[in-house]
Amino acid sequence: MSESKFVYVTFIRATPEKIWEALTTPEIQRKFWFGGYQQSEWKAGASWTLHMPEIGIADTGEVLESERPKRIVLKWRNEFRPELKAAGFTRCTYEIEAQGEVTKLTVIHEAPEPSPMIDAVSKGWPMVLSSLKSLLETGNPLPRTEQAKK
Amino acid sequence: MDRVFKALADKSRRRLLDRLRAENGQSLGELCEGLAMSRQAVTKHLRILESANLVATRKEGRMKLHFINPVPINDISERWIGKFEHARLGALADLKRNLEGTKK
Repeated sequence: MSESKFVYVTFIRATPEKIWEALTTPEIQRKFWFGGYQQSEWKAGASWTLHMPEIGIADTGEVLESERPKRIVLKWRNEFRPELKAAGFTRCTYEIEAQGEVTKLTVIHEAPEPSPMIDAVSKGWPMVLSSLKSLLETGNPLPRTEQAKK
Repeated sequence: MDRVFKALADKSRRRLLDRLRAENGQSLGELCEGLAMSRQAVTKHLRILESANLVATRKEGRMKLHFINPVPINDISERWIGKFEHARLGALADLKRNLEGTKK
């Protein structure tokens, strides 16, 4: 198989709207995204940037699709590691689907060919999703994903 | 969480996860190749892994592809390991500061 793709799924006891809000609100993102936050209007065609502590603008891209509160598709490229930036754009899809008491959140991160960027993000996503689940269900994110450095 | 431990408590299912870790996004047919298990047995194991959320599936064209999903294992790791690792990293940082002679 030539493409590079990961699929992550988590079930969260929260409404799709709450999950959408957490994924798109900088003040909430900071708690579960290792202190980082994202800037975007979250509408198709809008620019998207990921800011990380100590790094500044880490990743950039564009919102390709946006359907509140069900689906977001992002074009996503790393900016601060030359070897990852050279790998070009990846595509990240959020699917948010109510299933009774819980909501299924699926994150698909993919590139058309083998990508060091997909390998790199594959280390962070499980932690970010575990922390988001913890934050929305208990009010507390995982300690390690809060601001990593003072 | 019971489902995750039950799903992992089987050699064949761990083997299927190993195969997905080596190559993610495989069809049932690809996963069956080279295994001494019937297609029905593999299907049954995959269903158990999927109900434990250790495997996620996507339809691509007419194919159903299987992906390893590490999130539930990360949830477990954070519950029992993350906290201790956090403390250990803190201790290592203190040791480094002491050895390098930087006062706190």
